[in-house]
Parts: sequence; structure tokens; C-alpha cells
Amino acid sequence: MNVTIVDYNSGNISSVINSFKEVAKDKVNIEVTSDLNKIKSSDKVVLPGQGSFKSCVNALTNIDGLSDTLNEFVINNKKPLLGICVGLQMFADVGYEETETKGLGWISGKVSKIDNQNGKYKLPHIGWNQINIVKDSKIFKDIENNSHMYFVHSYEFLPKDKNVISATTDYSSNIVCSVEKENIFGTQFHPEKSDKIGLKIIGNFINL
Amino acid sequence: MLKNRIIPCLDVKNGRVVKGINFVDLKDAGDPVEQAKIYSDGGADEICFLDITASNENRDTIYDVVEKTSKKCFVPLTVGGGVRSIEDINKLLNCGADKVSINTAAVQNPEVVAESSKKFGSQCIVVAIDAKKNGNKWEIFTHGGRNNTGIDAIEFAKKMEDSGAGELLVTSMDRDGTQAGYDIDLMSKISLKVNIPVIASGGVGNLDHLVDGIKLGNASAVLAASIFHYGKHSVKEAKEYLDSKGIPVRI
Repeated sequence: MNVTIVDYNSGNISSVINSFKEVAKDKVNIEVTSDLNKIKSSDKVVLPGQGSFKSCVNALTNIDGLSDTLNEFVINNKKPLLGICVGLQMFADVGYEETETKGLGWISGKVSKIDNQNGKYKLPHIGWNQINIVKDSKIFKDIENNSHMYFVHSYEFLPKDKNVISATTDYSSNIVCSVEKENIFGTQFHPEKSDKIGLKIIGNFINL
Repeated sequence: MLKNRIIPCLDVKNGRVVKGINFVDLKDAGDPVEQAKIYSDGGADEICFLDITASNENRDTIYDVVEKTSKKCFVPLTVGGGVRSIEDINKLLNCGADKVSINTAAVQNPEVVAESSKKFGSQCIVVAIDAKKNGNKWEIFTHGGRNNTGIDAIEFAKKMEDSGAGELLVTSMDRDGTQAGYDIDLMSKISLKVNIPVIASGGVGNLDHLVDGIKLGNASAVLAASIFHYGKHSVKEAKEYLDSKGIPVRI
């Protein structure tokens, strides 16, 4: 099996690479590339993302044919994709970080700044927070409700269809921290930085 | 609910762990990779490496340490010390650091903070503020605490937030290495001034100091070195103690 981590200049992805390689051992081949043919032929794709919504979308569109290839992979071929952090946020129709920016539109909704209630909550939301699992998700197999995950973000994904939400976390409000829509998976938290339990989620995705 | 973080810090010199008392009198105390792994297995919320003599020595050894650690520890890793340029930050991130802390360069050239947070994202830019009390204010020190800049630490903290820092690592130079506890006054003044998380550092001698850093200093995270490093307390003990005092921690 081939799992491809999309390398599209979206910031620091070494932790994502290290964690997937740790979980995959020698059994699964982990590719790190933006090569369109390699993405097309892989079984699963991981879409990381750090920095702003705008910078990630720009980085993605700067690589000729990449967003079409991902669209085909996810929408036409229905193959599994995991978005992490801004990778998940880009599923939305639109994001409002820096300036209004069009997203991939795979899961209808928008990405807005977390309401910090006039400074009552510090932003970014950094650190370990518990997840409230609201629906069965394949990537949460053997993951206990209220497990701790590592977060770093100031913006949140607000999907229109609440049925896609698989987990939320409590920070000023119930923030969407995980989604599953058919073959599309996303986590706002960083499984690659969430210790053994995060690696378990990565393993669940690899073993889908 | 978001948990308060406990961050063990390892001072590293030439690829080996050391812990200084007020930045002098260094002792060699082990391999940083193994130490970091012990901490992350023991429940550390993050790991911090501080390359202490990096400002004036060859620092390539730290890249190797970061690379090896990031393949073994799957909690966030912050690396600081001698970080001067966008290129330094890029190199550390590529080796597997999740965050980079910038101290002297942020004071000398605040543009580095603005530029790097734009390029890499605020989430990986930590500004380290080393401050020392002078009369009724605190002044910023650079170069590992050797140079007094005369810059007001609290105003500087606000400026760094505005420049795009994701977090502030605030160290009291008066307390560092003394084990007399954090400078609570400094921590709380900075934490109330800014709306980004503050990591308290410098002076932890016992577990009550960690409690004070969070409860009185309003810190989001507490950093400590020697109380963990010399085996006085484990991270697990520290977390259980904080929990018993009603502080939310990840256990």
C-alpha cells in the first residue's frame, strides 16, 4: 500500500512524515511528494497544512494541476484522504484568514476566527484539549472519548451539515475538531503531535 | 477543557545535556535524545531544547539532536538558542522541530518575528523574553542573559504579539537557576498584557512553584529544567500535584 503525504510547501511537515513513518514501519510505503502521478496512483493521501488558510490555498494552487488531481482522487475516485489542521480547514468553501479565500469546497462551510470572547480566551488555542466524539468515525477506532489531543490554531471550521462532525472540543465554544464525510477525513488537532493516542489515529487511517 | 502544559527543558551544549546555575558552572548530564524520550514517555506535554551557548559557538550539533529526537518523540518539540535568521528557523523546522524560540534576534531585529510568522505560521514562532528587574520595571536581556538592552519587557511582549509571535516564553533572569520560584509579578503582568499564551520559566525549585506560575502568574504553560532533570520529581508527580491543586492537566 502507498500513502502519500502531499508536499506542497505548506510549512513544516517533518513531524507528519516522522509520525507516519513510525506507524507504517516497513509494511506501508510512505511517499512525500507533489508529483501528480504518484498522488493519483496512491491508495491514500494525507493533506497537511500549517500557516494561514490563504497561504496553504495559495501553495496548493501554485502547483499546476494539484488541486484538480486531489479533486479527482477524493470526489471522483472516492479514495481516502486525511486533512490535518489547515489541511482540514481547506475542505471548506471559503476561509476568512488574512482575506477571503476560496477553499476546496469538499465539505460545505466556512473557516472563521475563534470567538475569544473579548480576550477571555487566549489565541492561538495551543495545547492539549479533550475531544468529545459525537459520531463513530473510522479513524477513532479504539480511541476513548475525552482523549487528549494537541491543538494549535486560531481559526475553526464551521460546516453547514452538522452530520459530518465526528468530534468537537471545548474552547470558548464547541469547536469542530474532526470531520468524516464518506472517504474524507480531517482533524483540526495534530495526531502527529498527540503522542501514542495520536499515532493510533494515524494507524487507523493507514489501516482503513 | 484546555489543559495547562508542563514543559521540561533540556539545556544542550555541543549535543549534550547540561544544566547551568545562572548560566555558568555547567555539568554534563546525558544524551538529549534519550532524556527527551524519557520525558515524553512520562507525560511531558512538550519538550524544549535550549542550545545555551549557541550564540557564540558552532551549533550544527543541535540539528542532529533535533532530527534524532523528532523521530522518537511525538509531542511538540521547541528549540531555541542562537536562532538568528529565517534560514536558521527553516533548518530547525526541517530537522523536525515544531516550534522555534527566538530571543536575541527578536530584540535586535523584530522583523525576523514578523517575517518568520508570516512565512512559517505563528504556531511555530515562540519569542523568548529574558527579563531582569530594574527598579519598578523589567528590562530585556539578550545573548543568554549577558547584555542589558534597557528595553521594557512588558511593552516588548505586546510588540512581539503584534509582530505575530504565537507564544511567549518568559524567563526571569533574577530567578533562573535559583530554585526560588518564578517571578510571579513579571509573569502575570505580561500574561494580562497579551492575548497569546505565556510560558513561565526560570527559578522552579519545587512543585508549588509550578502551581504558583499557573494560578498566580496566569501562565498557560510552565517550563522547568533542574527539578525534572536531576530526578527530584518526575513529570508524572508534577502533574498529579497540579491536579490535586485543581489545575487542569493532561493525565
